[in-house]
Amino acid sequence: MTQLPETTNRKLGLVIDLDTCVGCHACVISCKEWNTGGYGAPLADTDAYGDAPSGTFLNRVHTFEVKPENKPAMITHFPKSCLHCEDAPCVTVCPTGASFKRSEDGIVLVHEDHCIGCGLCAWACPYGAREMDAVEKVMKKCTLCVDRIYNENIPEEDRVPSCVRTCPAKARHFGDLGDPDSDVSRLVADRGGFDLMPEQGTKPVNKYLPPRPKQQSLDEPINLASLAEPQATGFLGWLDGALERLG
Amino acid sequence: MHPAYSVIFFTVASGAGLGLLAFMGLGALRVGAMPMPFMLTTFGLAFALTVGGLLSSTFHLGHPERAWRAMTQWRSSWLSREGVCAVVTLIVGALFAALWTFMDLASAILGIVTTILALVTVWATGMIYAQIKAVDLWHRWLTPVCYLLFSIAGGMILFLFLHAVFTSKTEPVWELSSVAMIALLVAWVVKIFWWMGGDKAPTSTPESATGLGHLGKVRLLERPHTGSNYLLKEFGFTIARKHAKKLRLIAVALGAILPILLILLAIPAPFDAFWLGLAVLSHLAGMLVERWLFFAEARHAVMTYY
Ligand code: SF4
Ligand code: SF4
Repeated sequence: MTQLPETTNRKLGLVIDLDTCVGCHACVISCKEWNTGGYGAPLADTDAYGDAPSGTFLNRVHTFEVKPENKPAMITHFPKSCLHCEDAPCVTVCPTGASFKRSEDGIVLVHEDHCIGCGLCAWACPYGAREMDAVEKVMKKCTLCVDRIYNENIPEEDRVPSCVRTCPAKARHFGDLGDPDSDVSRLVADRGGFDLMPEQGTKPVNKYLPPRPKQQSLDEPINLASLAEPQATGFLGWLDGALERLG
Repeated sequence: MHPAYSVIFFTVASGAGLGLLAFMGLGALRVGAMPMPFMLTTFGLAFALTVGGLLSSTFHLGHPERAWRAMTQWRSSWLSREGVCAVVTLIVGALFAALWTFMDLASAILGIVTTILALVTVWATGMIYAQIKAVDLWHRWLTPVCYLLFSIAGGMILFLFLHAVFTSKTEPVWELSSVAMIALLVAWVVKIFWWMGGDKAPTSTPESATGLGHLGKVRLLERPHTGSNYLLKEFGFTIARKHAKKLRLIAVALGAILPILLILLAIPAPFDAFWLGLAVLSHLAGMLVERWLFFAEARHAVMTYY
């Protein structure tokens, strides 16, 4: 059913901290590892050891440079996956009913047995969160690890999305963004969490936390090499100066 | 956007086929008995182009064997609506064509319904693109209008050509020819407006895409992957502006100017099928260039992340 639910009971999603992400790509790998054996078809790689390797991933980390007017540039690592949008355009365009948004928790999923691989949903998503699998020819996307978060066969601390469990910098948080008192909602309120591309009208559930302001901003880079030069004092200092004056 | 040949061929072929069918639907109101070979060829061509186009569009599906499922989500999806409309049009159109061709029964009601259904199908094709907000160039109400007008113009010159092949006229055919020329002119003028209106600042920028615009100018430092991926293959295609300009001129020359000149050549009696055949070919070539550009010039919002 590709009509969107009016409301969802919960809004499960991620909060990603751009201040603490170190760009290690561990979440990318753990996502691929879990999801290639989890929900739906495996995530194929083509020509993995050849000249033009390519593969399906549900989460990718970009690295951006942000250049303020007259301060040095800063680097921001930027993980990106499906934002489980409330007004998900990828769902409504799907002709088969394969794409849907769950009314119980807001997760956007693809029923792979119904997908004809037309690719229209990937066109509709402005974030590039959907990738067609080159081998299975069905649409793949982040499932918010729907097969982990409710899975009673794994230890309780593992019942979060694989990327969240893996992140060594604790830059990824999982929870109910529909509940204003949840940890993730408080985090978003405290740190000024924001939406990606709000102008596209997709109302993403996932939020991003901005980098904290730099504690001190240096206008001029310090010449570190000069600090290492020996300072002559006393007689040697006088000699140094005298010789300098002689030219 | 990557220009997929199966989709380009589909939209051009089924557009012209449905246009021809729509014109025949109206024809039932006016035209009396027409020679049997004309009826067979005209309806045959209309259905062949439409069905051929639809079949070609299923070639680019990952799972064509599940294509029937695409009929189910007409409540929200324009692609589904297009599929449903196309099938209904083909069924009603086939009934209309069979009655007229074999039983000499030109039903005005069936004709009008066929015309409306054919045009609604073309409109739905245009809406598939127009609904994609992530592509600024397409997300405009003029997009389905262009699809509709091109389909009508294409159908009319096809009709004009077949009419000349199968009926020997001894006096100039002004009326039909003028209507076809006007249809061509209107379609391409609207298309030129569509092109002009598309040269706007993009809705999404690297700053809005990352939410870091308040800190400064955002630029990609490192891609998330060293090789290519589905997103780059599908959306990474861009055509240089100066090439696009030239191709636009070629599209207008082949699609509009040359066919109109050829129709003018054909008008004085005997109504000359040769020139009209060339006009049809030239228009189709112009349409293929136009459709290729429709994809090649379109920029998807995801490219702000690259
Ligand atoms: S991020 Fe893209 S794929 Fe995910 S729900 Fe939003 S529009 Fe759909
Ligand atoms: S690719 Fe599959 S999920 Fe996406 S729109 Fe087509 S049928 Fe639906």
